[in-house]
Amino acid sequence: MASVTYDHVVKRYTADVTVVKDFLVGPSGCGKSTALRMLAGLEAITEGQIRIGDRVVNNVAAKDRDIAMVFQSYALYPHMSVYDNMAFPLQMAHMPKTEIDKRVKNASRILGLDNFLKRKPRALSGGQRQRVALGRAIVRSPKVFLLDEPLSNLDAKLRGQTRIELQKLHRDLETTFIYVTHDQVEAMTMGDRIAIMNAGILQQVGTPGDIYDHPANLFVAGFIGSPTMNFVPVTTSDSTAKASGFDVKLPKSVPAGKATLGFRPETLTDRIGDQHNAIDMSVDVVERLGSDQFLYGQVGSDSVTARVDPKMKVEPGDKVRLGLDTRSLHLFDAETELAQF
Amino acid sequence: MSVATAGRLESTAAAWSLPWLAQRLQRSLLHIAVIGLTLVWIIPTLGLLISSFRPSTQILTTGWWTAVSPPLQFTLQNYQDMLSQSNMGTAIFNSFMVSIPSTVIPVTIAAFAAYAFAWMKFPFRDWIFLAFVGLLAVPLQLTFVPVLSFFVAHGIVPDNLTSLGLPPWIGLWLAHAGYGLPFSTYLLANFFRQLPSDLFESAEIDGAGTLTVFFRIVLPLSVPALASLIIFQFLWVWNDLLVALIYVGGSVEVAPLTVNLANLTNSLGQGYQLLTAAAFFSMVIPLAVFLSLQRYFVRGILAGSVKG
Repeated sequence: MASVTYDHVVKRYTADVTVVKDFLVGPSGCGKSTALRMLAGLEAITEGQIRIGDRVVNNVAAKDRDIAMVFQSYALYPHMSVYDNMAFPLQMAHMPKTEIDKRVKNASRILGLDNFLKRKPRALSGGQRQRVALGRAIVRSPKVFLLDEPLSNLDAKLRGQTRIELQKLHRDLETTFIYVTHDQVEAMTMGDRIAIMNAGILQQVGTPGDIYDHPANLFVAGFIGSPTMNFVPVTTSDSTAKASGFDVKLPKSVPAGKATLGFRPETLTDRIGDQHNAIDMSVDVVERLGSDQFLYGQVGSDSVTARVDPKMKVEPGDKVRLGLDTRSLHLFDAETELAQF
Repeated sequence: MSVATAGRLESTAAAWSLPWLAQRLQRSLLHIAVIGLTLVWIIPTLGLLISSFRPSTQILTTGWWTAVSPPLQFTLQNYQDMLSQSNMGTAIFNSFMVSIPSTVIPVTIAAFAAYAFAWMKFPFRDWIFLAFVGLLAVPLQLTFVPVLSFFVAHGIVPDNLTSLGLPPWIGLWLAHAGYGLPFSTYLLANFFRQLPSDLFESAEIDGAGTLTVFFRIVLPLSVPALASLIIFQFLWVWNDLLVALIYVGGSVEVAPLTVNLANLTNSLGQGYQLLTAAAFFSMVIPLAVFLSLQRYFVRGILAGSVKG
């Protein structure tokens, strides 16, 4: 698999925006697409280097970068048949007709498009169009696939299905995929590595597990995970953190001062053991999802979310005693928002 | 894009219910209005067509509507006379020789120019475009003297061109191209700009150069705009009398149909019956052009390109 490197890449518009790598995820407008388009060669970069493998591609034309891109809108050529759409990049490369035919047939077999080769894109469903767009990328057997929110135009059911197909495709093709999405579920389920961006700046790169368990800063902690992590302002002194409604012993000592304590809903449960800190919560809202039960309420003056056993009987207005697992706490600096652990 | 599926109000109301009746009534009124308008437009044409097949004595004494009741008296004499008498053959040939290049040249140039204005980046692009489109406001008549004196000074006049073995209409072609370009470029540039930018970027990544994008993507997707432009320009040139008279004059060897038609009526209604035939004939060509291109006005040609 080819490696892709964004080496201190800067893209300047009017304001400074620094950009980025494997799976880009971040809220809308944070620069993910720009990062991808710079890699594709559709946008110039202001500073730094972009490398595909060992090759610096800053000044290489889009068509010579050995990449293929799947657009959010699919960008199929509406006047061409499915076959011609997939053959187009190969024709542009002046490939012999027999080779083109072989490659297109192969791609259409992989994607299950065999019966649609003569159709125009307008006679296809959303999911089929999406597969044609993938096919157009596959036929070129590029070093890197760029996918810009490829699932965002599909309905929820098809999205789940396509997600699985894409993962299979990724495994079969053994090629680097760079996949831009604002959907953390897609990122968590499909990414080998995730790069999280916010306001044009790379926040963290790591495996999904890494990012979930060790978020680098407050933004990442809040972005990944659903329901989101609880954030409670605390005052620290040595290895104790004091919140408005409870005290908690921290795993290591920190400088005294103000900080933000973070803990995921699943660490605040109805199990109270040795490693748990008892917390009293007044419940405002109860959400039963069958497999889970989420409680939204107040601890002291802070709003928190807890994930408890679905069999536990709780009604809004109740006061419940819950246990906070002190092994998975996060503490963020109040100023820099960086994780201290 | 929902263009393909929009339109057509399908009634879901039960038959003979009040909303169903209201919708029915509304639709009938619409149909009546459309048919009425069509009739108003078509009756004079029909009159001309019938008149052109009537003997000259009848044309001069009774209205065309009397011809549809017995005794039926129709004749091809007018067409025969028209085609033989008054150099009609030459005039028709001349009209084609004027109209076809005068359509092809400006539309071709405009398509290239519009692509550049819509999708290529070069300095002062928008200002040049603005200046170009601003030429739409220049009255045609203003250009006669300077353009004609330029043509004369450089020998672009029928006599000289013929003696050089060139078609005598080159000056006229250039003039029509010039008059047609601002509007053509404006119309096409606006159309090209509407094409989704993803298509261009996708083609760029696929390795298509500027010219390939133009010929393989922009042109096929712009057929509706090109078809309407060709119709506009062809009709304008075909029906033009003034520009042709100015640049090639009224001599029989070079004059198009319109000039010839004008000459038919010179002697106070004497050639009235010939005029009907000639006029109808001169209408048939643009009509044929329109009908042959109108199927390209299908909406939703872009449907299925982007979005689900």
